Amino acid sequence: MPRVSYTAPTTIDDAVKALAASAGLAKVLSGGTDLLVQMKSGRTRPELIVDMKKLPGLVGIREEGDQIVIGGATPGVMISADEMLTRAYPGIVEGVDLIGSTQIQGRASIAGNLCNGSPAADSVPPVIAARATAVVAGPNGRREVPVESIVTGPGQTSLQKGEFVVEFRVPKPKPRQSDAYLRFIPRTEMDIAVVGCAVNVTLDASGTCTDARVVLGAVAPTQVIVGEAAQALIGHKLDEDTLKRLDAAARAACRPITDKRGTIEYRIKVAGVLARRAAAIAFERAAARA
Amino acid sequence: MSKQHVSTVINGEPMEFLCEAQQTLLDCLRDELHLTGSKEGCGSGDCGACSVILDGKLVCSCLMLGVEAEGHTITTVEGIAEGDKLHPVQQKFLEHAALQCGFCTPGFIVAAKALLDENKNPTEEETRYWLAGNLCRCTGYDKIVRAVLDAAAVMRGENPPSPAT
Repeated sequence: MPRVSYTAPTTIDDAVKALAASAGLAKVLSGGTDLLVQMKSGRTRPELIVDMKKLPGLVGIREEGDQIVIGGATPGVMISADEMLTRAYPGIVEGVDLIGSTQIQGRASIAGNLCNGSPAADSVPPVIAARATAVVAGPNGRREVPVESIVTGPGQTSLQKGEFVVEFRVPKPKPRQSDAYLRFIPRTEMDIAVVGCAVNVTLDASGTCTDARVVLGAVAPTQVIVGEAAQALIGHKLDEDTLKRLDAAARAACRPITDKRGTIEYRIKVAGVLARRAAAIAFERAAARA
Repeated sequence: MSKQHVSTVINGEPMEFLCEAQQTLLDCLRDELHLTGSKEGCGSGDCGACSVILDGKLVCSCLMLGVEAEGHTITTVEGIAEGDKLHPVQQKFLEHAALQCGFCTPGFIVAAKALLDENKNPTEEETRYWLAGNLCRCTGYDKIVRAVLDAAAVMRGENPPSPAT
């Protein structure tokens, strides 16, 4: 790889300063499972790498009042091992867990997955479905924004120079609220989503949905929050009629491309199928969280 | 830029090396420390031939910078055997002929050891999914999986029958 400078700051302020002051391109290093690949291929040529992993709070999961806070640079293995998070948001954990291989899971992080800006990122749909916010640090201080505002297009984010994601905040789930994430890939493992679907639902005691969010990945330039799919669920139980309307809403929201992994037609069809299946799992989990 | 000095513990021994920031951990293991057991198969984190264990977590050393190893503990394939005593995974790889060219083998040995450290009784499915990040072009994986399951049995104190010759 070409020459690069490296720094591992120990305070958020130092990290912001290092990123903002860099004359040339400065890149944030979290797990490195996207950055190093792109540096080796020449797709990105940073002059400076700023390592997140020595910053306080960037690695780790904690409860804070009525929120769960996930450090941006927390690796997948730590996320999967966290029993509290797995109970609260099994959909987020299964989304993260699908990224790459066991080796990739040893390093890959949600902030990296998000800020890499792939439309097919697996951790992003369930994090958005959870209504998570991202806390961003930068030269103008901190801001907290909905996660869906970070990615603006393939490989592009709304982060300004000097900014990086510190952590993700999700509300602790309500009783009878849960989530699920499913993805379809051509292989069994180690592939990029053809479609990803996250469903987060809240039910009442009768099993009727009172709140929902449905998010599709890999079927548009960015993740899609499918309002009509949520409307198909809210006020209903998950009967065949609801599933049909959910399926149709998911399909209607797709704006995919045809590539080597799937055609437009196939992605649209699979989006409907995954919406049905992910909703069924989310409903079942939510009902069990009475 | 001047070289960076990195202090680590590798295979139980404190080790230091100098490197440039853009050298991967794999580069440093092979070129600076002459631990050439870890291999570069793809350089992009897909094949697992460079697998090492970092602070107990299985990782691809080609996707880490050498400087990121500062202060951490690493196990490479060179650290799997205890002196002359092979690890059960290594022994079973030999008994099952779970290698041909051998290039993927260090990565598989390290990955399998990491699996058995975490899960003493993996199913075949769990084993195959765990090893999905290790690619082999020669064997078709079957003997590798049998060797790993057999090694797990040995490590549980069971006495599995020898593979048919």
